[in-house]
Amino acid sequence: MEYFLDIASLLNSTFRISTPLVFAAMAGLFAERSGVIDFSLEGKMLTAAFVAATGSYFFGSEWLGLVLAIMACVSLSMLHGFASVTHKGDQVVSCVAINILMIGLTTALAAAWFGEAGLTPTLNNDQRFLEITLPFADALRSVPIIGLIYSEILSGHYIFVYMAYLLVPVVYWVVFKTSFGLRLRAVGENPSAVDTAGINVFSMRYKALAINGVLIAFAGAHLSTAVNANFFREMSAGRGYLALAALIFGKWHPKTALLACMLFGFTDALQIRLQGVALPIVGIIPVQFIQAIPYVLTVVLLAGFVGKAIAPSAIGQPYVKEQ
Amino acid sequence: MVSPILELSKINKSFGHVQANKEITLKVNKGTIHGIIGENGAGKSTLMSIVYGFYQADSGTISINGKTINLKSPRDSILSGIGMVHQHFMLVENFTVLENIILGFEGEIVFGKKLEQAKINLKNLCETYKLNIDLDSIISDLSVGFRQRVEILKSLYRGAEIFILDEPTGVLTPQEVDELFKILRSLQKEGKTIVLITHKLNEIMALTSEVSVMRQGEMVGHKKTELTNKEELAEMMVGRSVLLRINRTEAQKGEVVFRVNNLQVKDDLGVMRVKDVNFEIHKGEILGLAGVTGNGQTELLEALSGIRKIESGEIQLFNETISDQNNFLNPKELKEKGLVHVPEDRQRMGLITDFKAYENLIFGYHHQLPFSKSSILKEKDILSHSRKVMEEYDVRPQSPHLITSNFSGGNQQKIILSRELNENPKVLLVGQPTRGVDIGAIEFIHQRLIDMRNKGVAILLVSVELEEVLSLSDRIVVMFDGKIVGEKVNKDVTDREIGLLMAGIA
Repeated sequence: MEYFLDIASLLNSTFRISTPLVFAAMAGLFAERSGVIDFSLEGKMLTAAFVAATGSYFFGSEWLGLVLAIMACVSLSMLHGFASVTHKGDQVVSCVAINILMIGLTTALAAAWFGEAGLTPTLNNDQRFLEITLPFADALRSVPIIGLIYSEILSGHYIFVYMAYLLVPVVYWVVFKTSFGLRLRAVGENPSAVDTAGINVFSMRYKALAINGVLIAFAGAHLSTAVNANFFREMSAGRGYLALAALIFGKWHPKTALLACMLFGFTDALQIRLQGVALPIVGIIPVQFIQAIPYVLTVVLLAGFVGKAIAPSAIGQPYVKEQ
Repeated sequence: MVSPILELSKINKSFGHVQANKEITLKVNKGTIHGIIGENGAGKSTLMSIVYGFYQADSGTISINGKTINLKSPRDSILSGIGMVHQHFMLVENFTVLENIILGFEGEIVFGKKLEQAKINLKNLCETYKLNIDLDSIISDLSVGFRQRVEILKSLYRGAEIFILDEPTGVLTPQEVDELFKILRSLQKEGKTIVLITHKLNEIMALTSEVSVMRQGEMVGHKKTELTNKEELAEMMVGRSVLLRINRTEAQKGEVVFRVNNLQVKDDLGVMRVKDVNFEIHKGEILGLAGVTGNGQTELLEALSGIRKIESGEIQLFNETISDQNNFLNPKELKEKGLVHVPEDRQRMGLITDFKAYENLIFGYHHQLPFSKSSILKEKDILSHSRKVMEEYDVRPQSPHLITSNFSGGNQQKIILSRELNENPKVLLVGQPTRGVDIGAIEFIHQRLIDMRNKGVAILLVSVELEEVLSLSDRIVVMFDGKIVGEKVNKDVTDREIGLLMAGIA
């Protein structure tokens, strides 16, 4: 029983930790399937975290904070589009610029508005998202296994966790079962074919980037107005890059990308558990080594197990009509 | 008198300073197959891309059935009944046939009823025109001939009445060309109008009823096909009379200078692309290697020229092994022994297109006299050499300082040839020497190759242009799926025989 509770709490953390990764990976999926590299998930997630926390604090509404975060992220996505779709600039450079800009800007604004520490004020419970207890969770706790799974693993998450996991089948449906999805996938594979079919390549890519901006905002809001009650500098801590790695590891497919995100979430949950635990033979492992596990795993997976690259063929290439 | 279904009047189009189309006027009659012929760069494709709405004309009018239309995007022209099969197919490789065809014309937001209806319509169209396409196949699994049919089906599905085909036969085997012609004739029988863009005179004579000739962006004439002939059309295309048959005298064959024994070569992905290949080339002969693109010719040529390691077998030059499974000589060492290579992909392997012409003219020989001394380039000598060979090879424009990418395909090829032939090689390996080269330059390049042969050079000519192989080679070997599937002495051999070998049938 004690082991079961251990495992249940591990899985519970996995869902919570992988949530921003799932939002970010799905956001990246739209951009990259349309042929636009999105290396700026990190910067946008950070921006969303800052804007959501600040917005909630000033306006007293976590939902308004989320809306403002969406607007900020969509603007950054449009900026990325303006540089790399309209003006055919290098997509990676545009993303790196956004990342550097937003790391600096969020830190500077937080310091200017809220003092040197760069923390936004702690949100009270009316200004942030709270954990949701699913109906009958307490009553069902005593039912063996199923009840425990329901109450210990599935219940008691922030709203974003449920949204993230409902989002994945929706993304799958949009990408593979609608004409928008067909055009989205086509424009990332062979934009000339899309152009000659009478569809505007640029407008398709902008639409994909707009969706990208909306989704990534949820990841940031989850960090600063749900799991935490404030923003602190560089709080996204590389999750944008991890999500991109998960997307690549998941071969740009919603289902496999979700599994990759959960794997990263699980290793992160595991490393938290392992901190300070004495293992047989080796004893206590220094915390820095434990914390490095998810990142090492990323490198190992990307280097060794991705197999043949099947990235969208036109990814990273600005569309220029042939002469 | 039949009425014109498509009428162009005074079309002008410029890209920067280059005027691609000048005052073009054209009438295409309903239900005909109308040919548009011209050299590479004559402006045919640009003109048709304007009709397809892919480019917008700077001035001029386009009318369909007597009604002037304004084409702002391909969508407008598709809705006006124009379909185009581009030279490079506009297909998404990892999509199914069905997905490619409905793209942009799905008719519904979420796939459902309309998709089922589309399947039924497409099956009917396939039957009517005997296209024999499986709607669920993935494009990348289909042969080039079938991909082209998918393009035709796509236009049919979108309700095209006018079909524009841009160089449709460039990538097909002779048998596939026959199939295509059958399909085009059945389209015509159903009342469709076809515009065929090509630089191949044979196709014009075989298929069209009317032909328009373009040269340097201008329309130089319209003819009824039955009232003209190849010679007249060629002259109109080039602006002077052209030798269509090369003057090839009997070869003065000498001893074997180049030999390939049981050669096996893998590509970058580790797939065996050259399988147990044997052949030899004599002094003073041209051995033609025919085959459809992608049957191992590229890997073979790379192995022979010292760029690619071989798996097994050996390659001999003057009875000395230059390559086996353990060692191979690199291109520089091969050059010193008298073997030179004119690569298939001239822009990627033959030239550094961002460099100036004079730099490309000496590349590979730059380290030796007279071009450099003690590792320092002798610019004066290089430039005087460049001017000399550019004149000798008629490279236009004759300016050594011009960036190489600004030369036309034919002139780029002349730059490579002049460089490689300058050192009097003994063995010449040449891949696709006239791909993307205009008729005038083709004639020049062919004559140069024959001259080299007459001087006693052993030449391996790898080409996917069957006509070229037939007109230049003394012997022909055919490659299919990495193997040599046939060898013929080029005497009384027909293109049908070679075509069957190329398709792997005979």
